[in-house]
Amino acid sequence: MTLLLILPMLIPLLTAVALLYCWPWRRAQRLVSLAGATGLLAASLALLRVVLRDGIQAAQMGDWPAPFGITLVADVFSGVMVSLAGLMGFAVAVYSLGSLDEERESFGYYPLLHILLMGVCGAFLTGDIFNLYVWFEVMLISSFVLLALGGERAQMEGAIKYVTLNLFASALFLAAIGILYGVAGTLNLAELTRRLPEVAQPGMVTALAALLLVAFGIKAAIFPLFFWLPASYHTPPVAVSAIFAGLLTKVGVYALIRVFTLLFTHDVGFTHTLILALAGLTMVTGVLGALAQNEFRRILAFHIISQIGYMIMGLGLYSPLALAGSVFYITHHIIVKTNLFLISGIARRLGGSYRLDRLGGLYLARPALAVLFIISAFSLAGIPPLSGFFAKLSLVVAGLEAGGYAIVATALGVSLLTLLSMAKIWTEAFWKDAPQPLPAAGTDAGMRRLLLPAALLAGLTLCLGLGAEAMFAIATRAGEQLMDPAEYVRAVLKE
Amino acid sequence: MEVVMAVVIGGLYAAGVYMVLRRSIVKLILGLALLGNAANLLIFTVGRLTRGRPPIVPEGALQPPAPVADPLPQALILTAIVIGFGVLAFAMVLVHSAYRAVGRDDLDSLRSTDTLDPTPEDEVSPP
Repeated sequence: MTLLLILPMLIPLLTAVALLYCWPWRRAQRLVSLAGATGLLAASLALLRVVLRDGIQAAQMGDWPAPFGITLVADVFSGVMVSLAGLMGFAVAVYSLGSLDEERESFGYYPLLHILLMGVCGAFLTGDIFNLYVWFEVMLISSFVLLALGGERAQMEGAIKYVTLNLFASALFLAAIGILYGVAGTLNLAELTRRLPEVAQPGMVTALAALLLVAFGIKAAIFPLFFWLPASYHTPPVAVSAIFAGLLTKVGVYALIRVFTLLFTHDVGFTHTLILALAGLTMVTGVLGALAQNEFRRILAFHIISQIGYMIMGLGLYSPLALAGSVFYITHHIIVKTNLFLISGIARRLGGSYRLDRLGGLYLARPALAVLFIISAFSLAGIPPLSGFFAKLSLVVAGLEAGGYAIVATALGVSLLTLLSMAKIWTEAFWKDAPQPLPAAGTDAGMRRLLLPAALLAGLTLCLGLGAEAMFAIATRAGEQLMDPAEYVRAVLKE
Repeated sequence: MEVVMAVVIGGLYAAGVYMVLRRSIVKLILGLALLGNAANLLIFTVGRLTRGRPPIVPEGALQPPAPVADPLPQALILTAIVIGFGVLAFAMVLVHSAYRAVGRDDLDSLRSTDTLDPTPEDEVSPP
């Protein structure tokens, strides 16, 4: 079992090393990258299967017993997140083959992509908060380079904002870790869960909770800490945007859910109510920001923020159903959002721009692409029977059960506005007449590599919606484990 | 000693935040470096300051005699210093290439990705 827990980090690492050896040969790099991404997908799905069958898995690195060594833990939530990372890694690795320019390919795009996946998987699997910091940094440094690779002016501007705010968040996170160690004397998450309630200074623990809320809040792009996201996500090549949109902010959300279910549950009335209020504000500002935009990727970038609000909403409501809703929502969001970015790249390839006023006629010229878009866009807005509907439904039901009518009303209102801005993309890019003639179908040989991952993800969205029962069972299991940390603590400390 | 360290850390945080809020990009990076160092010193101080008692187990004993310096915060700081060094080196290069692309050391001239105007990249014809 130990091997399965290490593989999601080991495979991307070995792939990246192999890719560095293939530096001068682009063709070899493409093959190795694809093989590595396939391997990661297989390993992550195997891990999820074992976790679902045998319960929480834990492994001690170097055989140092917990809480002294570094622990790797996979509960259902981690397993789902790692599988999604593997899936997005695979889809984007295929998409990159058709969409990336030669210059970026030969200056280390593929090794960086795999290091990024390693950091993301490590953050999902670690059971030690300092180790979480290290994985965050692994992920950040590769995302910095991916964002800046190419050196266009817009990329530089976006990268400076992204780097600054993320480094600031890291400094806060590090300070919080230091104080946490000073207060509790351990950094192992399971051991912290046991020791924090016994700490004599409850005020200090609440201050720590606030510090980590800000640090992870910046990384997750919640209100009012999201400004780096719309400034940077639309600047790199679309494959990079897609993997960022799918995975990076979700690592912040994962960290928030992890610490606010394991560590900071002593003062739920204060911390989780604050999170709930932030969730509502995040939804509203994100969707209003999106309505003002007129560019495909910028609209999508603002929608990420709005959707983060829904994920945090489940955490703020803090009940098994609400957390299950959050897990379902994260799953649905990662697949749909990555796909929308992939489709925006295809639209630009056909129409020559991301600007909605320059796009048009895609429905007539490429009906298949239009179907892929409409599946993802309607799912994002929450139209039944697509995945977004069931994700929102469980959050709304959990909200009504908890008596949070204001947040439920906000969530439903924001869905309507989401539908409005998806309809805007639809009428502008797909329905209106093309401002210039589009290239005829079948002339672009690389197009198949772009359509294949988009079709795969759209198919998954459909499956998640039509087979919501199976996914909801997994999400419920994840929610129950998150609400009852005892199982997690037992698995790590082996008692 | 703790009081002196607390003042030093507070001063570093204040200076770091002040530098981050300046308009110059170079000063922004310096500010981030100061914030990182402040966090490192903070870890060092909250991990309890114990002078002249290295955590070395004497021969025949199972654990060192009672007040010993905790080695773990130092290990954490060492890791954080290495990471901070790498990230800062990257940030320097980024600032340099941003300066070459924009031509000014002024954060206020980096607005084009936040406005509603189209990004320059978008004007390029499709590949």
